[in-house]
Amino acid sequence: MSAYMERFLALRDEKRFDDIIEAIPYASMMGMTFGENEAGELLFSLPFHERNVGNTTLPALHGGLIGGYLEIAAQVHLMWNRESLETPKIVDFSLDYLRSGRPQTLYARCEITKQGKRVAHVLIEAWQDDPSRPVAVARAHFLLTTAS
Amino acid sequence: MTPTPVNPEVLEAMSDLFVSLPHSRTLGFRYLGTDGRRPVLCVDWREDLVGNPVTGVVHGGVITSLVDTTSAISVTAQLAEFETIATLDLRIDYLKSATPGKTIHCRAECYRLASQIAFTRAVCYHDDPADPIAHGVATFMRASNPKPMLPEAEQ
Repeated sequence: MSAYMERFLALRDEKRFDDIIEAIPYASMMGMTFGENEAGELLFSLPFHERNVGNTTLPALHGGLIGGYLEIAAQVHLMWNRESLETPKIVDFSLDYLRSGRPQTLYARCEITKQGKRVAHVLIEAWQDDPSRPVAVARAHFLLTTAS
Repeated sequence: MTPTPVNPEVLEAMSDLFVSLPHSRTLGFRYLGTDGRRPVLCVDWREDLVGNPVTGVVHGGVITSLVDTTSAISVTAQLAEFETIATLDLRIDYLKSATPGKTIHCRAECYRLASQIAFTRAVCYHDDPADPIAHGVATFMRASNPKPMLPEAEQ
């Protein structure tokens, strides 16, 4: 079984959110964090950092960075909500950019739309001031079992 | 016959700009040149770009950024004049895991430049584009903002 997933589940059971991010080098470099809201759902946040800018004259967050952030959010959300010891593997990722990401915190939440035997489908939404005015929406497919 | 960039000056300035953006620098993107109208960028393997520390595989998000940036540059190879473009949507298919320690290349092409939208496709690979790690398609809004992306192009 995946040692990575085992460690993830151990950290999850103790709700050590920061340690989970720290275990994902790219997530930790980006500066993202996450926690639970009142309803016990995961809420991801990406505080603004100059290094994440992709358009310096607007300025706006880098589109690719928004993609990476939402991909990590989807993966963490899926790992958090499953009991499997396999690390889900991303198959494809599709992202619609609706508004430019301003230099402020970018929030994200995910929803597992389908969890089959082999594949899971996750929806992801990102916003800044108002959840009804999303900056980006995305969906991803993950492979849940890995053929040996 | 291999087509050449529509306006080499636009391509050169915009490729410089795109790889010098803060996030591109953070990830260490390098512009290797343009084959006809198909720019090639690369990113070296680095520990802080890893998504799964047990396997050492670079996170898919780095590939997303690389595809987005290379695809944007491919649009500028088709532009006659400077204009601001913005990604409208992006889809990545992860064909296989990247190999830890190896440089990832991305080659993109803008296969249709319409009046308002540009359509691109891109492939990521280590050594050979025929043995891809990921495939990406994207669309870009043209003239997305009256504010130029290049500060010096401002009137």
